[in-house]
This record gives sequence, structure tokens and C-alpha cells, in this order.
Amino acid sequence: MWEYSEKVQEHFFSPRNAGAVKDANATGEVGSLSCGDALRLTLKVDPATETILDAGFQTFGCGSAIASSSALTEIIKGLTLDQALQVSNQDIADYLDGLPPEKMHCSVMGREALQAAVANYRGEEWKDDHEEGALVCKCFAVDEKLIENTIRANGLSTVEEVVNYTKAGGGCSACHEGVEEILNRVLGESGKHFAPTAGTTPLPVKAGRPRLTTVERIRRIEAVLDSVRPTLQRDHGDVELVDVDGRQVYVKMRGACAGCQMAAVTLEGIQERIVEALGEFVRVIPAEARPRTQEPERACA
Amino acid sequence: MTTITQGIYFDNNATTMVAPEVVEAMLPYFTEQFGNPSSIHQFGNRVGQALKQARVQVQTLLGAEHDSEIVFTSCGTESDSTAILSALRVQPERREIITTVVEHPAVLALCEQLEKEGYTVHYLPVDDRGRLDLDAYGRLLSERVAIVSVMWANNETGTLFPVERMAEMAKAAGVLFHTDAVQAVGKVPIDLKHTAIDMLSLSGHKLHAPKGIGVLYLRRNTRFRPLLRGGHQERGRRAGTENSAAIVALGKACDMALEYMEHEQTSVRALRDRLEQGLIAAVPHCFVTGDTDNRLPNTANIAFEYIEGEAILLLLNKLGIAASSGSACTSGSLEPSHVMRAMGIPYTAAHGTIRFSLSRYNTAEEVERVIEAVPPIVAQLRKLSPYWGVDGPVEEPEKAFAPAYA
Repeated sequence: MWEYSEKVQEHFFSPRNAGAVKDANATGEVGSLSCGDALRLTLKVDPATETILDAGFQTFGCGSAIASSSALTEIIKGLTLDQALQVSNQDIADYLDGLPPEKMHCSVMGREALQAAVANYRGEEWKDDHEEGALVCKCFAVDEKLIENTIRANGLSTVEEVVNYTKAGGGCSACHEGVEEILNRVLGESGKHFAPTAGTTPLPVKAGRPRLTTVERIRRIEAVLDSVRPTLQRDHGDVELVDVDGRQVYVKMRGACAGCQMAAVTLEGIQERIVEALGEFVRVIPAEARPRTQEPERACA
Repeated sequence: MTTITQGIYFDNNATTMVAPEVVEAMLPYFTEQFGNPSSIHQFGNRVGQALKQARVQVQTLLGAEHDSEIVFTSCGTESDSTAILSALRVQPERREIITTVVEHPAVLALCEQLEKEGYTVHYLPVDDRGRLDLDAYGRLLSERVAIVSVMWANNETGTLFPVERMAEMAKAAGVLFHTDAVQAVGKVPIDLKHTAIDMLSLSGHKLHAPKGIGVLYLRRNTRFRPLLRGGHQERGRRAGTENSAAIVALGKACDMALEYMEHEQTSVRALRDRLEQGLIAAVPHCFVTGDTDNRLPNTANIAFEYIEGEAILLLLNKLGIAASSGSACTSGSLEPSHVMRAMGIPYTAAHGTIRFSLSRYNTAEEVERVIEAVPPIVAQLRKLSPYWGVDGPVEEPEKAFAPAYA
């Protein structure tokens, strides 16, 4: 069974605005019969103000397709057409307290029905611009088509790049076999081959977060300590950086802070701020807990 | 007979309740009978004796000639993979496989992978009732084929394939024959010693044994290469310490399946037929899929047109009724069931297929309750459907509603 939110269940079991609106003057029909969901949205629009007076849906589809349709009609009633066009599929999903990744396309269908209905009202031709493929990455709801198109558009050749560009495979990594297959196929179109580098996919380097040198790391840590120092000094205490060893940051609590019962809490707060400043996880540890093998004097910063 | 106390469980092709007698038989093997059957001491020896008995119980249900033809595995999927991969490894010069379009993913996904590795896989098509064309099959048999793998009964429609005849044809052509019989074992009589079937897969949890236990039947003298190598368990054909509690359970479940075979063929069949006739009579625009004259006694697969299966299941579930569907949404894929598509069932019906699969634990009263529950659910969803008018489908439904993007 899908993990449907209470809200999705509620809108499925008691859908709002089911059925076609009487005297509708806008209709949008979208969906894919092969995928098993299709939606007809009918609107009654006030010609003077372009306000949506009434909205109704007829849906062939699963629980979340029906719930998304119901949510859509509730959201857009009372809006002007221009306001309604601002409604995104994420808005529909949010309105329902989220949808499972496999079901996000139901909310996309809702938004598209709306666009189609508005186009119909305005006498325009609406064309669907999205292609849908099989879901590859369940963590971030990324489908095959999106991955393929992104690989082609950006000339990607590694799983790592696909993760960086599409997020696909950036979570549990279970879909990496699938991503590799897509890479192989798309690269094969231009006579190239996917060449995996090793047994593991290198973790993508977060953009804008280049690796810090040791000196930069120490400077940032000092800056954090400097910022908390006035607070500590007000309580007649102080803190001093003793050593940085990989992910271990050793500090010495001075004055009233030494032996203070709140020292652990203080350290935790400091750790949180250092982690934020460095953009990586570190542990802040009292210098007293440093392994004996190191000579304390040598390590002073 | 005990009945299921909570809800109505009509999803026995997915999995079955472990029979209380089976639970009772297996429990001691978690506690006092904890020994390793390979051990020489009394702790191990007693378990070894129990496994021996279970092996004979499975042998009896399958009608196998020797108990050593029974190899315990972890599940049906493992048995399928073991059989097919073994056939390829013992005959490296043979690069073709014959199977059907309607197999379970346990076989289909493996075959798709083997295609990527350079093997040629022939997928036999089915007609609108899910039947195979044996002439077409016969033409594909050749010395290039390493193995034929055809299911005994289809999990979605219950349609039975003529595997005994197909195995004879394979044998005549000198080709190994495997059948995935997870849906058939325990529901239809099987007598392997009088067939030409070389390998057969079964799964415990489909016949009231627990999950995590399967069997590969391996006819004596069939050339074989194990999937898992290691210890000498299962005569070296499947290494790994035996799941003794589950094996004992499966033995007991096989005993009971034999005992209830007649019941399955008569009483369960009667329940299924009543359910099917009741629903067809009460709901307009629905039809039974598969080969109705030749199928499992417990399975009814009904296509409710113009509505979608997951929505039906959610509403049934609210009433405590459990079934399953061939809709795209329930399969987690973009297409409805490959079985329904293979039979050429139109999309408007394929997405609305519901499989009711019964067991000896279901009752006539449950059947009547489901017959009452379904029609209002179908009506409720049709009211929402763009393909449905006031009290019937809109005229030329596929034209009246033609959504943008296919």
C-alpha cells in the first residue's frame, strides 16, 4: 500500500467538486491512458473579472490522481485565471501534505489540466511540453526521460554528473545501475561508451563548497570561537582552540567554564556553529579527552 | 476450519496465511530443536531427521520419483534463477532461451538481463485469453536453445499452461525444461515422475507455509551447476545452512495441501465461481480475463471498465477487503500489467483489473459480502470517470474523451 497522507486519503474518499461543472466555459483534458490516469477539468469563469467561479473534475485514475484533482479544484476556486496559472504541481502536492515520489506525476497532471483549461478559455492551443518516463530515482522522484534529456543537453558521462545535474541517484544510490544503463544507452547514440571508474561512485562535490585548507579551517574555527567568546567571558569563562585533527576539534575550557556543569551544552553549541562554518561534520572535544599519544604542547594553535 | 478474523483476504496469489498447524509444526525448530542439521551430535541429528521427513513430504506433493530431487532454496525467485542460470552454464554453446511474455518478473527480469549479456530470448506471445501457440513454440525449439522456462499457472489470471506437453516437446528436441509452478503447487495435482519436466520452482508462502522458503525440483541426472557454492548442504547443490524451521513448515504445508487438494478443486472452485458470477451479474461493463475454461480453481480476474484498479482497491480496503490489481499504479510502473497488455486488453479495462484469489480459509459468507461491496464502489468511481455518462459509458468513450498527450 502506498504511504498516502491523511489529507490524500481524505480527498480520495470524499472528493470535492467531482463531476462536470454546469455551463462550463473552459475545459482541459490531459493525461495518459496508458499510464492509467487522465483528467478532465471544467471551469466556470466570470468573463468580466476572469475569476474562476466554479471548478469540477472527472478523473480516471488512482487514489492520488483523484485526490490531486480534488485538491486542484479547491485551490483554484475563487482565483483569477492569472493567479491560478501560478499554481504549481508542488502547490498541489503541498496542499495534500505531500505525495509519494511515484505519485508526483498526479500533481503534474493537475497543473497541466489547469493550463489546458485556461488555454481553452482564451482560445489558445495548449501543448504539453513534458515527457514522462519510468521512475528511476525514488529518493528524488526523477524519471528516465528527464535523466536522458539532461545527459544529452549537457553532455554528461558519469553517474556523478547525473547526480549533480538531476539529483537522481543522490540519495540511497540503489538506482545507480539504472542510471549507468541510461548513460550507456545515451552515450551509445554517439558511439561512446560509459566508462565507470571504480567500484563506487565518487560522492559529488557540493557546488560552491570547495575543500578548505587546514589553515582556512583553523581560521574559520577561530572566528567561531571569537564570536562566542564575549558570551563566555561575561560568565568569567573562556575557550581556547588546542588542536584540529581531521574531524576532531580539541578545545580547552578556561576560567569559570572549566568544570562548569553546562560545559557539555556549551561545547555542543560551539560544535553546531563550527559545523555550519566549515560545511562539514566535525566533533568538538575537550582537550582533556585527547589521546595520550600526542604531546599537548606541540599541538597548541 | 479456522476463518480469518479480521477482514476478508482474497489475495492468496500474493501470499497466504501460514496454516496454524504449520506454525505449530515449525515452532520447536526455533527453540529446543535449534541444532545445525549438519552436526553429528544429537542436537543436529534430530533436525536432520526432520528435514528428511519434510523432503519426503514435498516429494509426495510433487509426485517426484526421488526425495533427493528436492533442493530447498530461499524462495521461488532463487529457484527460478538457479534453474535458468544452471542450464546456461552447463551448455555454454547454447545461447537461446524460450519463455513467455506473461511470466512472473522472477523470470522476465532475469531474461531481460541475460539479453543484455548477449543471450537471445524468445518470448512466446499469448492470445486474448492468455493461451500459447504450441506450433510457434515447437518451431523455436532447436539445439541452440539452452532452456525453456514456462510458468505452470499465471499469477494474475490463473490461466494454466500445458507445461507437461511442452516439456515433452522440449525433451524430444533435446532441450531442458523448467517451470515456475509457484501458483500451481498445492492448487492443482502434480505428478512429476510421469512428466518430462526437468526443473520446477515452488514457493512456500503460496501454500500456507511461511515466506523465505522455496524448492527447486531437479530431476535426477539433470546436469546442474549451483548458484551458491559453499558447504555441502543439499548435496552441494545449494550451500548455506538450512532454514530448518521453514523447511519443516513447508513439509507440513505440503502434507496439508495434498489433504485439501480435492477441497481446492471443488469447494474453493465453487466459491470462486459464485464470486465471479455474482460480480458479473451485479456490475455492468466488466468481464473475466484469462482462459476461463482452463485455470486455477481459486483465481478470478475481472476487468472493471472505465475505472482504475488502485482506486478500487483503496475503497475495498476501507471495507476490509483485500485483493490486488493489474493497474499501472499498483505495479509502480507506467504501464498496466504486462499480462493484461499481452492479452490485448484495452487500457480502459486493463487498469481496472482486479484479481480475487481465494484459499481454503475463505467462506461463502465472505464471497457474498464481496459481491455486495463491489458494485457501489465501481459505481462511485465511474461517477468520477470522464469515460462514464449518466448510467453507462459515454458514446464512443475513446473519442469523447481524448486527453492531450498520449
